[in-house]
Amino acid sequence: MPNNISFYIFAVGVLATATAAMRLRNPVHCALAAAAAFAGLAVIYFQLDAEFISFAQLLIYVGAISILVIFAVLLTRGSDIQPGVELASPHWLTGLAIAVLVAFVIAVPVCSSSFGEKIAPKMTVAPVKLIGEELMTRYLFPLETMGLLLTVALIGAAVIALREPEESEIRNPKSEIRKQPTTEELVAEVQP
Amino acid sequence: MNNLDQIFVYAKYWLLSQLPGGVQSLVSIVLDIIAIIAVFGTCFALTTILERKGLGRIQNRYGPNRVGPCGLLQPMADAIKMLTKEDIVPFAADKVVHYLAPLVLTVPIWLAFSVIPFGREMSAIDLDAGVLFFFAVGGASELAVFMAGWSSRNKYSLVGAMRAIAQMISYEVPLVLATIPVIMLSGSLNLNKIVEAQSGYAFGVAQWNVFTPWGFAGFFLFLIAATAESNRSPFDLPEGESEIIAGFLTEYSGFKYALFFLGEYLGLFAVTALSVTLFLGGWHAPLQVLEFLPSWFCFFVKFAAIIAVFIWVRGTVPRLRFDQLLNFSWRFLVPLTLVNLLVAVVWHFTSLGAGLDQSLRWLISAAMIVPAYVYFGRALSPNRPTRIYQYAE
Repeated sequence: MPNNISFYIFAVGVLATATAAMRLRNPVHCALAAAAAFAGLAVIYFQLDAEFISFAQLLIYVGAISILVIFAVLLTRGSDIQPGVELASPHWLTGLAIAVLVAFVIAVPVCSSSFGEKIAPKMTVAPVKLIGEELMTRYLFPLETMGLLLTVALIGAAVIALREPEESEIRNPKSEIRKQPTTEELVAEVQP
Repeated sequence: MNNLDQIFVYAKYWLLSQLPGGVQSLVSIVLDIIAIIAVFGTCFALTTILERKGLGRIQNRYGPNRVGPCGLLQPMADAIKMLTKEDIVPFAADKVVHYLAPLVLTVPIWLAFSVIPFGREMSAIDLDAGVLFFFAVGGASELAVFMAGWSSRNKYSLVGAMRAIAQMISYEVPLVLATIPVIMLSGSLNLNKIVEAQSGYAFGVAQWNVFTPWGFAGFFLFLIAATAESNRSPFDLPEGESEIIAGFLTEYSGFKYALFFLGEYLGLFAVTALSVTLFLGGWHAPLQVLEFLPSWFCFFVKFAAIIAVFIWVRGTVPRLRFDQLLNFSWRFLVPLTLVNLLVAVVWHFTSLGAGLDQSLRWLISAAMIVPAYVYFGRALSPNRPTRIYQYAE
């Protein structure tokens, strides 16, 4: 447990920005607050000597995912502030039940683990080389599965984006050409 | 010779030895930060004046020559002007985000300098995953540009921000892919170890990565992607003055504008320093006979040379159209960096006791990269008419 003051500063910062991401009214502000929370988490990872995860968190979450979220928000025209609209769902009881369930699911493994009973031995910073070797040998199957999943997602996104030419093809004269009668039909039409 | 090489390191240790033991580690960090800010702040001031003068020469005019001798005090005048200007925030702007955007752009870029080795024993932190750290802290700049464009509540700003994000994301892919061969062949993400891997001399000439086929191709791919990544001409569409005023900078003035300006130049310096480290041997001297030169001097000479190339390119190449910009990245740079990856692999495995001649290795690598270059280059403009020579028969 990093028992220093900077941990508490960043922990409070992460909690505050995460709360802001849920409570702010403007979706773009929410996305920016979420990005700040991601960055704060990266700092906490770094303090825990998890260099690689910290940088990956910054690269992927702050650099890519928050941008993706912002694009999604802007493209769906959700950035207008609508005053008077209740943000939270009226079914707060359902929300509370879900929150308790999630807390329970997290609490069970945490309580059953050796967390808090003994202090973990001081780990040295795992070199990136070691992480790479482990990924390429022991965790090769999960890595390849994730790669496959991402490829599927990429192809899916490309397919969704490709739908546009199909629609324009309806208006395209090409389809009309196909409808043009053949010579035999024309002959049949002329003959009484 | 060795004293001159390590003069800054010795100066720092001497200064620390004068202090009580309790504050030494803290002061050591602060000294590193001050050194980086002072050096690159000065570089920023010098580059603005040199760039304006250089562009002036290219465009057949004088450039700034009124303030001080040869106009050298122009950056001072600019700074005073910028800082005393009124800070205008649009009425409809999102005040908080508008205020934060320049800070989010500038602060992370300073962090990127901390992993660069500027000379022998002269890097602020020796991170195991230095290259990764460099790109990770650069990730915030896209967010900052978006914040600036969106919070201004101005159509030009938003268009500029969207262009900038599309461009930065597209060019980050070739930028990172161009560095991967270097990481693969030096076997480390640590920038100090990458510099070490380029030490040694063959026939009196340094063994830098740029003197290998994959390094040569990678260096130019990296420089092109770096130009786009730092929003410089010919990739300066996000602030294309003739189209969208100043893009995401439209609603900024005074100190905040100066911060954006600073952030942009610092981003350029950071990728330049990285390219020197990755491909040009970092602080190593180019020839064995020049080894007596201080390491930091070698580094900054290379650094200045690349900055000069950037200025030269800015004065020479016209701005791209947006579809050309994206096609250039996805259809030219990305495939070429992937081919370059293969070249690096071939280069690596032909060195392992295969007993191949150096020239044969070069020939194989060239046979891979040159046709790819020609093919992808031709494919960029498929409807290009064949040139008809009227007078050259």
